[in-house]
Amino acid sequence: MNIVVCVKRTPDTETKIRLGADGTSIDSSGVKFIISPYDEFAIEAALQLKEARGEGEVVLLSLGGDDTQETLRQGLAMGADRAVLLKGESGSDGLAVAKALAAELRGMDAPLILFGMKGADMDQQQVGPMTATLLGLPCITGVSEFETENETVTCRREVEGGTEILEMKLPGVVTMTKGKFEPRYASLKGIMAAKRKPMDQKEAQGGEDRLAVRKLAYPPERPAGRIVGEGAGAAGELVRLLREEAKAL
Amino acid sequence: MGDVLAVVEQREGKVRGISNEVVSAATELANGLGGSVHALLIGGEGVAADASGLGKYGAEKVRVAEMGPLAGYHPEGYTQVVVEAVRAGQYAAVVLGATSQGKDLAPRVAAVLDVPLASDITEMGVDDGVVVVVRPVFAGKAFSTVSFSASPAMVTIRPNVFQPQERPAAGSVEVYAPEGVDPSSWMVRLKEFEATGSGVKDVSEASIVVSGGRGMKGPENWGVLEELRDALGPDAALGASRAVVDAGWRPHGEQVGQTGKTVAPKLYFAVGISGAIQHLAGMRTSGVIVAVNKDPDAPIFQVADYGIVGDLFEVVPALAKEVRALKAGD
Repeated sequence: MNIVVCVKRTPDTETKIRLGADGTSIDSSGVKFIISPYDEFAIEAALQLKEARGEGEVVLLSLGGDDTQETLRQGLAMGADRAVLLKGESGSDGLAVAKALAAELRGMDAPLILFGMKGADMDQQQVGPMTATLLGLPCITGVSEFETENETVTCRREVEGGTEILEMKLPGVVTMTKGKFEPRYASLKGIMAAKRKPMDQKEAQGGEDRLAVRKLAYPPERPAGRIVGEGAGAAGELVRLLREEAKAL
Repeated sequence: MGDVLAVVEQREGKVRGISNEVVSAATELANGLGGSVHALLIGGEGVAADASGLGKYGAEKVRVAEMGPLAGYHPEGYTQVVVEAVRAGQYAAVVLGATSQGKDLAPRVAAVLDVPLASDITEMGVDDGVVVVVRPVFAGKAFSTVSFSASPAMVTIRPNVFQPQERPAAGSVEVYAPEGVDPSSWMVRLKEFEATGSGVKDVSEASIVVSGGRGMKGPENWGVLEELRDALGPDAALGASRAVVDAGWRPHGEQVGQTGKTVAPKLYFAVGISGAIQHLAGMRTSGVIVAVNKDPDAPIFQVADYGIVGDLFEVVPALAKEVRALKAGD
């Protein structure tokens, strides 16, 4: 059973974000780019599934520019078999991205398609379920662990108040969050092998971006706070301030 | 033509609090667009009984789709009902809450309707007839203002940001049985639901959060935070830093930060948390932030409104005691 994992190149989560001169994008000079952390859970799940079954290919798919090749190599170094890069831009409009991915996925042999639950840059949680909907495939989102038995996938999904256990038959789409699958580090051997693994590049058949960024801004500065005191003795004053000054209690 | 559809939520037949925020936000938008708000509630038979309250927050009309198999959320069933409701009206915008249901449902609806979706927005307005919204990006390290060039504009709103405002409208309830919904065609099946335990509030919905980090020294010490949470009342929940979740001390559902949940409670206690960038990204839009840490140079004090420097094992029980005393006098 082949598994396709859709991945995105995003800034490292420790990055201090600086705004670019154009006012609508970030200044990417000096920024380290990685595979979005949620996508790594998906790659790990795919690799473990392949290892358990002893067959099948793990294929990485991404929409991006030339820089994305390096990101795909990171995923190949973890153990994926090959990668496909769709050359194009992704912005705020997740549906445009989903259209580009769906166009490619239609031609792929992919009974199981995995996504990270969200991209660690745009945080929208859209592309996975949108892509599944465009392909007419069942989709379960925000999955922390799943198992497959024959053609059935059983997933655990946390919601407010508890955990759902959901089931679907393949072909289908799962979007992953943190849980059972701990992403492995690429070994040196894996990094060397990645250089020789196939990477196809094609033009993306995308949708038009219909969510235009007018402005990117820093969060409003919080006014400076203060240390109320030291030790347990300051507790009374703090609670008084929370009630009377902050009106938070 | 400026009507707005507010898709609200229920659980076990009770309309959830987020619904008031969704209707309220939709009303403000509808006022800017020159239209009115229709609320849409989906559930099992009899769920309409809880729906009339939505008029108080601005809903002119409350459409209630009642059908047994739709009593609990199902992606395929609910997508079909919402899509039909949108097509039946002339909506300029569709608003849902960015809850686990909304975040699952909205993208599917948007894909069927072929319109873009702005998720987890914190501000919404109209500029010369165009819907413009603001949303956090890079886990809240920046805010992006985006405008729609397609209609209806679909959005999910971040919980706890759009305060419900009373703007009474007719709120007339119209119950209907959705047609053509065929559960036997559904491809996803809910096998089981494991409840977390009654009364335990989810960190993303709580109005007060008490979060612990590495300074707590071990999972066996969490009783100290539970005591403060209990003192603060039923609207308080526990949160955790990534470090303690990775260490296995606390469940991932409590994690606040870039690879956990982003929360915006009215009051956030950061206890034994140093304040790494990823954690701050998850909680910096909280109303009031209190930090308790033994290190006066901990970065958390840069974002906190109030801080106490000291041993949390002495400070937190003292806080719990003071909160109990305060509430006893209320």
